[in-house]
Amino acid sequence: MKKHITILLLFSVLIAQAQSKTLKAGEAAPDFKLKNVDNKEVSFANFPDAKGFIVVFTCNTCPYAIGYEKRIIELNAKFKPQGYPVIAINPNDPEASKADTFVKMQELAKAKKYAFPYLFDPGQVVTDQYGAKHTPHLFVVSKSKTGTAIEYTGAIDNDPEGLKADKTKYVEDVITALKNNQKPAITETKEIGCTVKRKAKA
Amino acid sequence: MFLAISFTGYSQKVKLITVDQLQERIKNGKDSTYVVNFWATWCAPCIKELPHFEKLGQEYKSEKLAVLLVSVDFKSKLTSAVVPFAKKKKLQNQVFLLNESNPQEYIDRIDPSWSGSIPATLFIKNEKRVFSETEFTYEQLLTEYKKI
Repeated sequence: MKKHITILLLFSVLIAQAQSKTLKAGEAAPDFKLKNVDNKEVSFANFPDAKGFIVVFTCNTCPYAIGYEKRIIELNAKFKPQGYPVIAINPNDPEASKADTFVKMQELAKAKKYAFPYLFDPGQVVTDQYGAKHTPHLFVVSKSKTGTAIEYTGAIDNDPEGLKADKTKYVEDVITALKNNQKPAITETKEIGCTVKRKAKA
Repeated sequence: MFLAISFTGYSQKVKLITVDQLQERIKNGKDSTYVVNFWATWCAPCIKELPHFEKLGQEYKSEKLAVLLVSVDFKSKLTSAVVPFAKKKKLQNQVFLLNESNPQEYIDRIDPSWSGSIPATLFIKNEKRVFSETEFTYEQLLTEYKKI
């Protein structure tokens, strides 16, 4: 038994230390099947009429994520009717971040009336496939006959503090370009954020 | 000598610093190793590891190590959050608040591999630079410091 635990521990250390690369524009966007806060599984197939997706790795706890929460809700309200629904995924390990458990996610989604899926990612598998590094970390995905592809990676806008009058709304600009059958001008941005919470390394 | 005296007065004060000024500070500083930690008052894992940086700074002062704590809090939080925090925690290392406004530009200038997640730490010794986007235990921090 002890040996098994040691092996398990070693394994989780290896996973924790794996440096996953963040997906970039042009790369395939991996599909997933994750449990939503309503206990139903969600994948891209749940949205047969979507032209694409706003996949955002966000959480209950990070001040940057909390600061952007309203803007995530607004993105869904604006772009879901246009064919680009928001799919939120919590990348944090619930043991490492106690306020990011599935139950706490359910509570938040209910309190804030999330009109989009808020998915739990057991083992942080999808988080690592996308290479999400912090919260919020956002990917705009387009859908075509050949599959789903990353169009943009990074921040929602250039105003985490929410004070700028003339902010650059990266995600809105990307979707506007896609709707006009154009390639987005900016496909990657960087922003400060809370690192994805993982189990402590041994 | 005067430099040394003026630097001891730094503790619990917070200075604004641009990336250019930070690079100058490292280039012209009298120490041989620089450990630059990027943190914020709102970042729980950063606050958790700050004591390790304090300990490292104290224990290896004689080896000409300078630990610089660079906060990426919003500039508007300087007097309301960062200064009181540095005071409360009695931070002995030099504390700065990053005086930059465009992350598209400054994150890459600190290190191109940085995604923007904090905590993050830059180790510099002469021409050698190691950048790490992880939270450290004291042992891990010490290992990284000894390695460079």
